[in-house]
Amino acid sequence: MTIADLLAGPPTVVAAGVDVFSEALRAQGADVRDVDWRPPAFGDPADLAALALDPRRATANRTAVERVLAAGSHLVDVRPAREVLDLPDRTLLHAGPPIDWASASGPLRGALVGACLFEGWADDVEEAERLLAGGGVTLDPCHHHRAVGPMAGVTSPSMWLWCLADPVHGGQAFCNLNEGLGKVLRMGAYGAEVLDRLRWMRAVLGPVLSAAVRSRDEPLDVKAVLAQMLQMGDEAHNRNRAGSLMALRELSPSIVAVEGWASSDVAQVLRFIGGNEHFFLNLGMPTAKLAMDAAAGLPGSSLVTVMSRNGTEFGIRTAGTGDRWFTGPAQTPVGLFLGDYGPDDANPDIGDSAIMETYGVGGFAMAAAPAIVRFVGGTVPDALATTERMYQLTLAENPAMQIPILGFRGSPTGIDVLAVARTGWLPQINTGMAGRVAGTGQVGAGLVQPPRVCFEQALAALAGEARAPAAA
Amino acid sequence: MTLRSGVYADSVKLMQVSRDVAARDGVTAVLVAMATPLNLELAAGMGLAPDGPAAPDQLLVAIGATDDDALADAVAAVDAALAARERGGTSAEASVARTIGAGLAELPPEASALAIVSTPGQYAVAEAADAIAAGRSVLVFSDGVPVEHEVALKQAARAAGVLVMGPDCGTAIVSGLALGFANVVRRGPVGLVAASGTGAQQVSCLLDMAGVGVSHVIGVGGRDLSAAVGGLATLDALAALDADPGTERVLLVSKPPAASVAAAVADAAGTLSVPVRSAALSPSAPDLTAAVEAVLADMGLDVPVWPSRPGPAEAAVPGSALKGLYSGGTLADEAMLLAAPVLGDVRSNIPLRPELDLGTDLSAPGHVVIDFGDDALTAGRAHPMIDPTLRLEAVDRLAASGEQAVLLMDVVLGHGADPDPAASLAAALGAARSRTQLPVVVALVGTDADPQGWSRQADALAAAGAAVFASNAVAVRYALDLLGAAR
Repeated sequence: MTIADLLAGPPTVVAAGVDVFSEALRAQGADVRDVDWRPPAFGDPADLAALALDPRRATANRTAVERVLAAGSHLVDVRPAREVLDLPDRTLLHAGPPIDWASASGPLRGALVGACLFEGWADDVEEAERLLAGGGVTLDPCHHHRAVGPMAGVTSPSMWLWCLADPVHGGQAFCNLNEGLGKVLRMGAYGAEVLDRLRWMRAVLGPVLSAAVRSRDEPLDVKAVLAQMLQMGDEAHNRNRAGSLMALRELSPSIVAVEGWASSDVAQVLRFIGGNEHFFLNLGMPTAKLAMDAAAGLPGSSLVTVMSRNGTEFGIRTAGTGDRWFTGPAQTPVGLFLGDYGPDDANPDIGDSAIMETYGVGGFAMAAAPAIVRFVGGTVPDALATTERMYQLTLAENPAMQIPILGFRGSPTGIDVLAVARTGWLPQINTGMAGRVAGTGQVGAGLVQPPRVCFEQALAALAGEARAPAAA
Repeated sequence: MTLRSGVYADSVKLMQVSRDVAARDGVTAVLVAMATPLNLELAAGMGLAPDGPAAPDQLLVAIGATDDDALADAVAAVDAALAARERGGTSAEASVARTIGAGLAELPPEASALAIVSTPGQYAVAEAADAIAAGRSVLVFSDGVPVEHEVALKQAARAAGVLVMGPDCGTAIVSGLALGFANVVRRGPVGLVAASGTGAQQVSCLLDMAGVGVSHVIGVGGRDLSAAVGGLATLDALAALDADPGTERVLLVSKPPAASVAAAVADAAGTLSVPVRSAALSPSAPDLTAAVEAVLADMGLDVPVWPSRPGPAEAAVPGSALKGLYSGGTLADEAMLLAAPVLGDVRSNIPLRPELDLGTDLSAPGHVVIDFGDDALTAGRAHPMIDPTLRLEAVDRLAASGEQAVLLMDVVLGHGADPDPAASLAAALGAARSRTQLPVVVALVGTDADPQGWSRQADALAAAGAAVFASNAVAVRYALDLLGAAR
């Protein structure tokens, strides 16, 4: 669209601001589209302008988006965390930005206690709490190790991890195995049944999956499964039914063929996978992580590469601000509750699983999964409207992740910090809810948004970088 | 506590039903869920364990209630809720574009489009940058944009091959579409590049009255020809008009430009295939009307008698003061440039020299020209072309002051302007002239095709005792004659 085109005939006018000019144009028969402009929700005007005018931004964001969209995800191995991550002894990974025991919420504490018991670092809950409170265990975010973990995200050295690789950019990402629903470690439960299940996963599920994955001729293309499940009613965060069944379909022939295991063990593995509607979540998350990591470290880019919560704080990172976290208090989700649990039982937002929304699925692909919208008592049109809104926060549409009801439009992908400020809309996240009290487990599921302050900090930092770019 | 077979609803639906029923009076606990082991455990935890064996494909309806009536009501409510189908309403908030970027993204790429930004100035930059990033030209009406942002926008636009008109661009006509304050003028071969809104209006209206139309009026913002901006948009606009098959010659309209920029623009203009004539005001070229007449001569056309309505016969009053109350900054500049050689110093809020600055004393005695459209006088209120209040108050104060004066004003018609400026002004002039002898001279900028109609407005103002001229320069000279000034 050159200036010459503009002078060749009356243009369509897109107008932001006072409407008297638009009325005058309509009176002349012009095609005028008024945008619903309003002052930015946050951000110093000078910062907003500095970011809008940063000459690096357009190119950096284009590159970031290209990398996110191009990233692939192959399931290449299943291995214990100790081997994969080279974890020092007495180290536990957790979801979200960095946190210490004193600030940890109930479910994170519960999961840390459970992991200490599971690893044999403590014989009972009190001993585990003393160990953790005394600093006897190093806590580190999953995100600092190319890993992600749903809910508490607690990953201990002897847990088996999905190992995924991006064949395009060469990245790697890791995630533990999903335990199922209800009383599970990731929701902060650490009772006997939780530990028994983890031990079975360590002794049977992990080795069987490892042998099965290694025996395949071709690695499982996890991104392809993610793309298909969006066409089957999943949004890939709170609803993973189709994805889990497809993963089972893909893996079961190899699982059945694994040698050296009793058929009863194999049967239990298949039953466990088939009985867990969220089995695929722990494959989807590292797939999203691979894509977002591919865009990390691009000076000038205002793309959000991480959204993550530790149960106390919500943290984000952007492509243009390196390893810095921008944090604020985690909000409590709004939604529906299991049994007679209620809002007072719910812990604030927790988990690395918001990597799905960061990648443009989950809450951003709400329109693909109308069932999810009822978590907030909404309607199908609400689901469509949510996804439509997210297009205005994002830099791209992902042609691989199509939303059938929107005419197979690509999902809204790549949150732009500047767009969040200008529209006043916050990213929409679908999430599970853990009980506030350690040991409770899951109490419900619902919808949540990041605290605005994360984006305020990120905007100010990006504006600072725009004014005085760090030496390369 | 019942178990139902052959009933299935997804867990979300069931959680919703449970929540709704739990909110009823007399209900102490509710669990409506498929009878999975997890849910049976939850029910047991609520004291609602089933008596017999349950299968996961059965629906568990467990309700605790204060009495049998409440229980029956709750069961009925569960049945009703399970039977109810979700209404696909239209209640969802429509997702309307909130930014220029989102608005432009809704257009097909091949559509010709222009963005217009009239947000508060401090937020205009991001909207304009959206347009440039989308490969679209943008008109920025907003003022208050820092000059370094203007430079950055215009440099980005040049790199993207698009045009930034503004900031503070009030007037443009693109492919026949009048944007902002612009007049209804015929299409024709003359392209205007204008760093001045009212200057462009004066020139386009006079051309129209001479039977000559404009191809485009490209506003570039009042600062474009300053040293800081360096004529970035002017140079791009000249190149675009040079390439436009509908443009045969170009007239550049501006307040006094920076000398270095004027030279650079003249150099660039010399390389174009279309002839470019400058109507940039300066002490040596103080007259927009003369520039229009020169263009007409270039085209081999006769200069018409510019329309006017003579006022009442009024004798010259030597020693009177010139009081120029303008809404257009460029027209005020033109008045001062024409008057100063004759009258000597003219004080102003937009002075020709800094020492002539009026400050805030708009009722100072002596020769004074005030631009009511200046940013300092429009902060928090509409432009005087829309809201006449301040100017009418100034007329009233002048009449009350008793100072012998000739009142010189502009009235600008066209899209966006006051729908009937003569109505309020005629009343104010009538009141003033009933109190004191006050000759009134009006430069009426517009055309008969404008919504207000030049002739209708001229007649109404003449009836109120004003002498009315289509040319500001002619009006100024008439006022100077009334002052008895030799020229």
